[in-house]
Amino acid sequence: MERREQVLRFAQDDRFDILVIGGGPAGIAAAARAAECGLNVLLLDEGADVGGQIWRRRTGSLARGAARAWFTRLEASGATVIRGASVVDAARRADGGFTVTAERAAGALLVDAGVIVLATGARERFLPFPGWTLPGVIGVGAAQALLKGGASFRGKRVVIAGSGPLLLPVASALAADGASVRLVAEQARSRDVGRFALGLWRHPATLVQAARYRAGFVGTPYTLGTWVTAARGNGRVEEVDVTNGRTTRTIACDLLSAAFGLVPNTELARLLGCDRTDGMVWVNHDQQTSQAGVYCAGEPTGIGGVELSLAEGEIAGLCSAGHPGDARALLPRRDRLRRDAATMDRAFTLRPELRTLAHADTIVCRCEDVTLGAIKADWRMRQAKLYTRAGMGACQGRICSSALEFLHGWEADTTRLPVEPTLYSTLTAEPATSAPSANHGA
Amino acid sequence: MSATGALVTMAIDGREVRVSAGISVAAAMLDAGVIAFRRSVNGSDRGPLCGMGVCYECRVTIDDVAHRRACLVMVADGLRVSTHACRPERSEGPA
Ligand SMILES: Cc1cc2nc3c(=O)[nH]c(=O)nc-3n(C[C@H](O)[C@H](O)[C@H](O)COP(=O)(O)OP(=O)(O)OC[C@H]3O[C@@H](n4cnc5c(N)ncnc54)[C@H](O)[C@@H]3O)c2cc1C
Ligand code: FES
Repeated sequence: MERREQVLRFAQDDRFDILVIGGGPAGIAAAARAAECGLNVLLLDEGADVGGQIWRRRTGSLARGAARAWFTRLEASGATVIRGASVVDAARRADGGFTVTAERAAGALLVDAGVIVLATGARERFLPFPGWTLPGVIGVGAAQALLKGGASFRGKRVVIAGSGPLLLPVASALAADGASVRLVAEQARSRDVGRFALGLWRHPATLVQAARYRAGFVGTPYTLGTWVTAARGNGRVEEVDVTNGRTTRTIACDLLSAAFGLVPNTELARLLGCDRTDGMVWVNHDQQTSQAGVYCAGEPTGIGGVELSLAEGEIAGLCSAGHPGDARALLPRRDRLRRDAATMDRAFTLRPELRTLAHADTIVCRCEDVTLGAIKADWRMRQAKLYTRAGMGACQGRICSSALEFLHGWEADTTRLPVEPTLYSTLTAEPATSAPSANHGA
Repeated sequence: MSATGALVTMAIDGREVRVSAGISVAAAMLDAGVIAFRRSVNGSDRGPLCGMGVCYECRVTIDDVAHRRACLVMVADGLRVSTHACRPERSEGPA
């Protein structure tokens, strides 16, 4: 594959009415609904395909169920879709519209749009503990994402220890792939946990059934109130310690899946000056943010699962297209799903003991290898960046800042440009006057 | 196996492997037994953490372009990946 340095800019008359950033369920629903209203819609996603976290699939494989229906609907809607494009900058122009810069393997892409719908989803929250940087220690959704990306976990001994409704579906997906799941440990202990763990966040029934028939999974203990305290190994994870606060035991494994719920991706929203409450992007009834012309749907407004993301996406699509009346019927459903999400959030509240797992010599910022001991608890994220380079590396603090928010109660630092590591050529891209027509696909 | 069952040939640190078409480079590397994708600033080995483009721990050189996230790139016939093992001189941080 030959690398081409090239700046694509849509010609002025190709200006999009609506730009949807993020092609998960929320972004797909928003783009489809808005394009069905007859508007000129562009959907950008940094993944190799649209679908987001839950509808991620291997290239060329067929989607099923709701995913398939939405993929078909998106295609029929007439929205332009560009994959493999990471949005790294967004700025308001004098006329009230927006210019957005995205980076692709083939070079930068500049887009003009009248309205933006942010549907950037969520990522997993990782908390530092001794050994968490060892290869073989991954996230919970990460295991599912790698599995969907085609990785095989057949024969691997796996411990899943973290929090949230993803633990069990991921355990069954790994077991169905032939992994030997040794333990599923949920840190929370609330009575509501079982309800969400087993019910609300449905997983394709066939997968769950396939997994149930495997002795490997049927015999797998699912324990509440149990968490990981350390991982050890020579160059890779070989064993982990888990505790219930009274007794600690060591389990041999090849893979540890450890993540503690989801945190919304709000970098672009912050860059555009959108208000947040409790770390979530604030939106009104119509999914509009505090910034005129900027809408937000799905996980950035609160973690609530695929159904809520779809409902919010549809509402954002219709309202951004100027059809709020058509969205009215969707509001009660969205509001009910939001209440469920709040209950779920409480059920999986993180226990305070998780703040004490990392030692002074435990790395917190993995990009710059900054230890917990190098960071003072009474600093702010800004000082940590200045004095230790924590949060200044390739991931731009996406991993360590959500950890430090939990460990030290810090607020995330204001987003600085660009929101993702960017090739110098992208930042200095001089827009060409006219440009190749919209290029579908990466 | 991918839906089509097709295979492609790619090279990991110079070693040729046949993998299913349509899988991610990270998946292909893990299946080929690669444990260390990059080396941290202090010299320890790192592998994928998030699997979804967030953590940048899976950075490798793909077709001579450094710092690409292996979890976001799909395999292709003739694609060449190198981990730090093949790149003694490399700079850390974003390109
Ligand atoms: C790993 C993982 C696994 C999950 N599994 C389940 C599950 O089994 N069941 C369930 O109900 N929920 C699951 N969830 C929760 C899940 O996120 C939601 O259910 C649903 O996918 C949310 O849809 P969304 O559209 O809001 O966000 P997402 O699906 O996260 O979609 C966001 C999209 O935005 C793109 N994006 C983000 N930033 C940029 C940028 N700067 N430029 C371009 N594109 C960008 C991403 O590539 C992604 O495709 C999972 C979440 C994660 C993180
Ligand atoms: S594994 Fe995190 S970016 Fe690829």
